Amino acid sequence: MEIIKERDVKIRMDISIFDVVGPIMIGPSSSHTAGAAKLSRVARLIVKEPFTHISFGLHGSFAKTYKGHGTDKALVAGALGLSEDSEALADSFKLAKNQGLEFDFYEIELEGVHENTVKMTLTMLDGSQNVVVGSSIGGGQIEIIEINGFVTNMSLQLPTIVINQYDKKGVISEVSGILAEHSLNIATMKLSRTGKGDRACCIIEIDGEIPEEIEQEIMRNKNIISVKVINI
Amino acid sequence: MYHNIEELLALAEERQVPLYKIILENEMLLSEKSEEEIYKGLEERYRVMKTSANKALSKPQETVGNLITGLSHKHSEYSNTENTLCGNYLNKVMAFALSCSEVNAAMGKICAAPTAGSCGILPAVILGVSEKFRLERKETLDGILTASGLGAIIMKNATVSGAEGGCQAECGVAAAIAAAAAVEMRKGTPRMAVNACSLALINVMGLVCDPVAGLVQMPCAQRNASQAVNALLSADLALGGMVCPVPADEVVEAMYRIGKQLPSELKETALGGLAATPTAKKLEYEIFH
Repeated sequence: MEIIKERDVKIRMDISIFDVVGPIMIGPSSSHTAGAAKLSRVARLIVKEPFTHISFGLHGSFAKTYKGHGTDKALVAGALGLSEDSEALADSFKLAKNQGLEFDFYEIELEGVHENTVKMTLTMLDGSQNVVVGSSIGGGQIEIIEINGFVTNMSLQLPTIVINQYDKKGVISEVSGILAEHSLNIATMKLSRTGKGDRACCIIEIDGEIPEEIEQEIMRNKNIISVKVINI
Repeated sequence: MYHNIEELLALAEERQVPLYKIILENEMLLSEKSEEEIYKGLEERYRVMKTSANKALSKPQETVGNLITGLSHKHSEYSNTENTLCGNYLNKVMAFALSCSEVNAAMGKICAAPTAGSCGILPAVILGVSEKFRLERKETLDGILTASGLGAIIMKNATVSGAEGGCQAECGVAAAIAAAAAVEMRKGTPRMAVNACSLALINVMGLVCDPVAGLVQMPCAQRNASQAVNALLSADLALGGMVCPVPADEVVEAMYRIGKQLPSELKETALGGLAATPTAKKLEYEIFH
């Protein structure tokens, strides 16, 4: 099942000028430094809970050139929540040590993905793990392509809601009802599932900032496993 | 409103306005921001560009391996002498571009345009043009608007990633959009601006991304300097009346296809080209061991 609503057809050129000239960032590479920092910052926002260890599996160009481009420092900086224009980015290893966040890097070969892709495995306080896979697609832009086994295509150009749910009737309509009550307009909605009636992952992009309290409202439905609001 | 360069050009010609006006309207529609807010964003980027284009002129920046440290300072001094072949002006433009590259490599603050590796070209061109002709701030910001609007189209229809399209997609696209900006800053027609964009891209087609030791330093800094000059000469060719017979969208498509045809060794992996030379390998070993 897949629901994709086209954005306003009048707007053909849907890339903002500020995504072209910009971001204002710390060098040296928009794809290998800024994009990398954004990927791990988004992974941190997706899992929301504190984590003690993050493991970075580097694919393609990320694997070949990460040291020279400061990709390693940028990935750790993002995992600490630093933004890509923070001058503290270069000191992220030291900051991670001070904050007790452990990290490691390894090379990995992934099938059919962008050259600059990273598989991030976050180990939570209780020992459970979350896996987020994403690509840095150029100019500091990113795409999250997998969250805990679910295929996604989140660009985070717009505020986004990530919902983990059981694939049951009425869940989607209740969620869209809640969004409508808050006058939030859905730009795109995409649902992927492991099987009929099984677990599903729903990604909703919204025009405009999403209030955080919406998480609790959506969580009231018994078929919802988790809800994360990402305003980036 | 538009989804390629031809449509953007058609709108500008139909309404007899510069490209940047149409780009501004699209941005207002897309982002739901006011004209004032958009110019505020442009001003913020202009400031970062200006700072990074000047920072290394006087003070060399420490980088990993220091492959380009001091290049900007040295070239700035040379640009002031009577001995240059290209004249003080073009040499100063190159020094601006080198400065941005140096700041970027030193993990300093820059504005990607469209990427960090190519962050020196647009600032060098817009500062160069605006200083030479003593333009108002608004005219300079309009130049950034022209460049970013065309860049958005290329980003959407092709790529600006070195890992996907090679250096032509980064420094080449930067030169192409900066060339169009230079034309509009000199009050050339929208068609001239689009021609400048095509000509600059043609001049750089096929350029590979082969960074020595995987660092965004060499040949990146040199290519920022040379592509800033490519932007200006392409703008001059277009302002002088040269027409590119192949439409801009087809040029962009050709650039994209070439990028796809390039082997991964020549796309930001530091496995081929200049990066694979014995000297580059030796430098790489010295830096990382």
